[in-house]
Amino acid sequence: MAEHAAKQIDTETLWGGKTSPFTTSYGKLMMWFFLVSDALTFGGLLAAYSFTRFNVSDAWPIGEETFNSLPFLGHGYPLIYVALMTFILIVSSVTMVLAVEAGHRMDKKGVVKWMIATIIGGFFFVGSQAWEWSHFIHGSEFGKVELADGSQAIVKGHFGKITSFDVTEAHGHHKKGEKIVDAFEGDLMHQFQHAVELGHIENGQITLHDGTKALVKKEKDEHMQLVIKKNGSKHKIGDKIDGKEAEDLYYGSINTGEAHKVIYGANLKQNEYGPQQYGHFFFFITGFHGFHVFSGVVFNIIILIGVMRNLYHKRGHYEMVEKTGLYWHFVDLVWVFVFTFFYLV
Amino acid sequence: MERDDIIEYSLDTHHSEEEGVKMRKKIWQVTAILTLITIVEVACGAFIKQDSSIWHLVKWGFIILTIVKAAYIVLVFMHLGHEKKSLKYIILVPYIIFILYLLFILLTESTAIDRVLKAFGA
Repeated sequence: MAEHAAKQIDTETLWGGKTSPFTTSYGKLMMWFFLVSDALTFGGLLAAYSFTRFNVSDAWPIGEETFNSLPFLGHGYPLIYVALMTFILIVSSVTMVLAVEAGHRMDKKGVVKWMIATIIGGFFFVGSQAWEWSHFIHGSEFGKVELADGSQAIVKGHFGKITSFDVTEAHGHHKKGEKIVDAFEGDLMHQFQHAVELGHIENGQITLHDGTKALVKKEKDEHMQLVIKKNGSKHKIGDKIDGKEAEDLYYGSINTGEAHKVIYGANLKQNEYGPQQYGHFFFFITGFHGFHVFSGVVFNIIILIGVMRNLYHKRGHYEMVEKTGLYWHFVDLVWVFVFTFFYLV
Repeated sequence: MERDDIIEYSLDTHHSEEEGVKMRKKIWQVTAILTLITIVEVACGAFIKQDSSIWHLVKWGFIILTIVKAAYIVLVFMHLGHEKKSLKYIILVPYIIFILYLLFILLTESTAIDRVLKAFGA
């Protein structure tokens, strides 16, 4: 585009040599070098993840079992949510490359349009990851249970809704015979899980904060299945226990009145999905990647402001868009590998 | 005023409208391929259980498809396929060698640890 052609500086002045190395600008070359080093970091993390996975004796979580929920729709949708996240990131990579292409034609309007689309995609991805972390941390309704023989099992199926706590022994402001119902959605469930963790449930009776004892009334669980993830004296990894037997074992553990029989969700010490290291790697790798996406969005916004202020148009080329584009594609590239090794394999 | 940020020395910085049409066609093609691969991966992951007899083949399938996806992203989206050969290989070769080396070391080590655990118990 002749009218935008920028001033040519001879390469001798520029590099002190005859040609620029690799016929690429300094900035682009340095971006590539940075990306190689960053790729080594992620490569190292994923390799360490695989190494750990093969060196723990307990069963490693399976992606389609751990990640099977959708916002508002509950569970039973294996991998659909991460697939959606992957798709969002791929699409935002496409809009970025379209912005770069528009920049090559000095089409400022096109660059602005596609960069805004990219930034929106980036925000969607970061938001999705926040939801996924929240879901991962809060965990399922059943949690992971330690059975009488010392084995540990994850629980599949549908948890019957808790309808009320029927007070049998009153303390505080409760009365005997009173039926305590949900003050808000999930209130009883929350109290129930908390009591389970503390070991405040015995023979179907829950002890509340104020010392009130109450019978737990709940709807029937459906399709309950225990999958053993840690060897015990009776059950071995991979065993599946269904129906009545599963319910007896599960509630048997809860009704012992001992604490820490059930783990809900995840923190840095333990998680309901698998070995402790699994939680560590999940938080670190997806967190580090999410941080990259977030920085990418910030870079894109900064460059977008430059584009809107005509900075690059006056300069005669949109190479800055290309450089931030390289970073953005790299983020997508890393996710492709995280997706495979964390969720699929 | 002499400004050193208005230098024009990157050969690939501009292209014409006609080239743009061709490039966009290519971009949408690659988009379709990447989407298709992701759909295939998710379908395999959701429907083939890990204890099935063909799981190890599925696993290799995932790894190959992932590398195909990565190649499209790096070579087309990041434009590395059209850069000078010297640049292309100076980026790719050291990285690939290093990662293969790392995998080799870790596989060797984890095999050794596995043997120790089997012999002496966890």
